[in-house]
Amino acid sequence: MTSPSTPIVEIRNLFKSYLRSSQRVPVLEDITLDVADGEFLALMGPSGSGKSTLLNLIAGIDHPDSGLLRVGGVEVSALSEGELAAWRAAHVGFIFQFYNLIPVLTAFENVELPLLLTPLSRKERHEHVALALRLVSLEDRMDHRPGQLSGGQQQRVAIARALITDPTILVADEPTGDLDRESAEEVLGLMDRLNREFGKTVIMVTHDPRAAEKARVIRHLEKGLLNHVPA
Amino acid sequence: MFLLKLILRNALRHKLRSALTVVGIAVAILAFGLLRTLIGAWYLGVEASAANRLVTRNAISLVFSLPLSYKDRIKQVDGVEKISLGNWFGGIYIDRKNFFPNFAVETVSYLDLYPEFVLSAQEKSAFLRDRRGAVAGAKLAERFGWQVGDQVTLQGTIFPGNWEFVLRGIYRGLRANTDQSQFFFHWDYLNETMKKTAPRRADQVGFYMIGLAHPEQAAQASAAIDGLFKNSLAETLTETEKAFQLSFVSMSGAIITAIRIVSIVVIVIIMVVAANTMAMTARERIAEYATLKTLGFDARHIAGAVFGESLLIALTGGVLGLLLTYPAAAEIGRRLAQFIPVFRVPPETIWLDLAAAAAVGVVAGIFPSWRGATINIAEGLRRIG
Ligand SMILES: Nc1ncnc2c1ncn2[C@@H]1O[C@H](COP(=O)(O)OP(=O)(O)OP(=O)(O)O)[C@@H](O)[C@H]1O
Ligand SMILES: [Mg+2]
Repeated sequence: MTSPSTPIVEIRNLFKSYLRSSQRVPVLEDITLDVADGEFLALMGPSGSGKSTLLNLIAGIDHPDSGLLRVGGVEVSALSEGELAAWRAAHVGFIFQFYNLIPVLTAFENVELPLLLTPLSRKERHEHVALALRLVSLEDRMDHRPGQLSGGQQQRVAIARALITDPTILVADEPTGDLDRESAEEVLGLMDRLNREFGKTVIMVTHDPRAAEKARVIRHLEKGLLNHVPA
Repeated sequence: MFLLKLILRNALRHKLRSALTVVGIAVAILAFGLLRTLIGAWYLGVEASAANRLVTRNAISLVFSLPLSYKDRIKQVDGVEKISLGNWFGGIYIDRKNFFPNFAVETVSYLDLYPEFVLSAQEKSAFLRDRRGAVAGAKLAERFGWQVGDQVTLQGTIFPGNWEFVLRGIYRGLRANTDQSQFFFHWDYLNETMKKTAPRRADQVGFYMIGLAHPEQAAQASAAIDGLFKNSLAETLTETEKAFQLSFVSMSGAIITAIRIVSIVVIVIIMVVAANTMAMTARERIAEYATLKTLGFDARHIAGAVFGESLLIALTGGVLGLLLTYPAAAEIGRRLAQFIPVFRVPPETIWLDLAAAAAVGVVAGIFPSWRGATINIAEGLRRIG
């Protein structure tokens, strides 16, 4: 266990730019940020300010141009593509705005996906999946395909998938962006529970002030620069 | 296991699209198989010819004949074991479109040289006894509903007049590739009639068929025979029966080449169509591939899923096309029996068809699996919404 004082995410002087028609467009400039273990952080900011980009860097699906990025003591920015894939599978749970479930797989199979890369036996996988689906109250829907589920239910399946490997951090990019208020409340309640009861570190990008209310810390990104706003 | 499940479900995802692709590939494979069968049928006569038989004909052209007196001289040549002779008769049965090959042959020696023409002892002796007797292949007899004992009248083209024959025998082929559409009768009957009506055309022979004791003597014996008649009025050209048949086939060589090219073009077209479909499918699933990669699946998983789906669809079409090839070939064989004596799907067609289908699957799958495997996750995820 990392002590509460040691940040689980450490970012120092992080830069990221994109090449657009042979022109470098800076997106993140000199970002420095710590996220404590067990924190629930909301990242807010106008569209195009670089929220998703920052989240992707933390989650190890994109590479920074320069700067230090350490998650759970691992220097993510130094990992190779293959190491990064293994690291993501073990340490990061993803929740997307559009759920990103595989449409041809059932709820059960979607949640099982990350476990296929682990040495767990079939029986153990089934136990884990059943448990995760019970946690999101969808045990009676496990044979349904995503197309047969409501948006809120799909997002709950995605949450079950995100926590099935017991990851170090949960990252969520506008998890309620595509949901009605009621479903959004359910999803946010679930994330709050994961944070409070299970001590999961949650980093959530959102536009929605109601969603941000659930967080204990809110940070604002503005044109690639971070402003500190205590919750 | 998981990969197979994913491939199968993805393949069934757009049922209409997959079904149309499968049908397209099946039709292409069917066309490919039939064209290959056609080419095979063309060469079948060549394959059926025995290696130890030679054909001697006039060196200038097939339409010129040779004197009957050559027979005894050819017989003296080293290695020559049997000799028969004949003329292309070119008779018409009722109508020009009822074409089939018909010859006047020296009967006993001809049947001796062609053991693959199987005739019952009874029919054989009846044929030999009857000066106006004739023998037809089983396929030919079936085509015109001839029975043994029927009278068959041929209208002469090279040899004028109406020629009446009595069908004394129907031969079967010893092997499946034996030509069963020939019609032959006594050369003596033709020759004696010529003696009466056109004496200058009597004792003229269109071709000599020669049986060798050993096939390896072919080159030497051919040279010896042609040497005999060098600088004579009618020089000869002797070649193996195979080469003789090939000289017929090669006349249509350009057509064969064209058919061969078309058969390949058909496959290339379906490759392009299937590749386009697979590329479209993969493009729609970019976000899914990105999601799988986010979860830790690597390029091999993604490439395997895309490639597997492409191969599955192509091979399903290939097998379907192959299964359709047999009944289709049988039907075509029935309708074209008069032009193509043996229209049988050659065994290697199975492998050629499956190889062509697999090639379609591979070519169609390569680009999309490469794209799926190398996709940048962050960018792939942006494709949603
Ligand atoms: N792969 C990319 N190639 C080029 N430009 C990119 C790429 N990804 C992001 N950008 C650009 O970087 C900037 C930040 O994008 P990002 O998606 O991080 O914004 P965001 O804050 O998440 O916005 P939104 O609230 O609309 O989701 C934008 O100007 C975007 O166009
Ligand atoms: Mg975003």
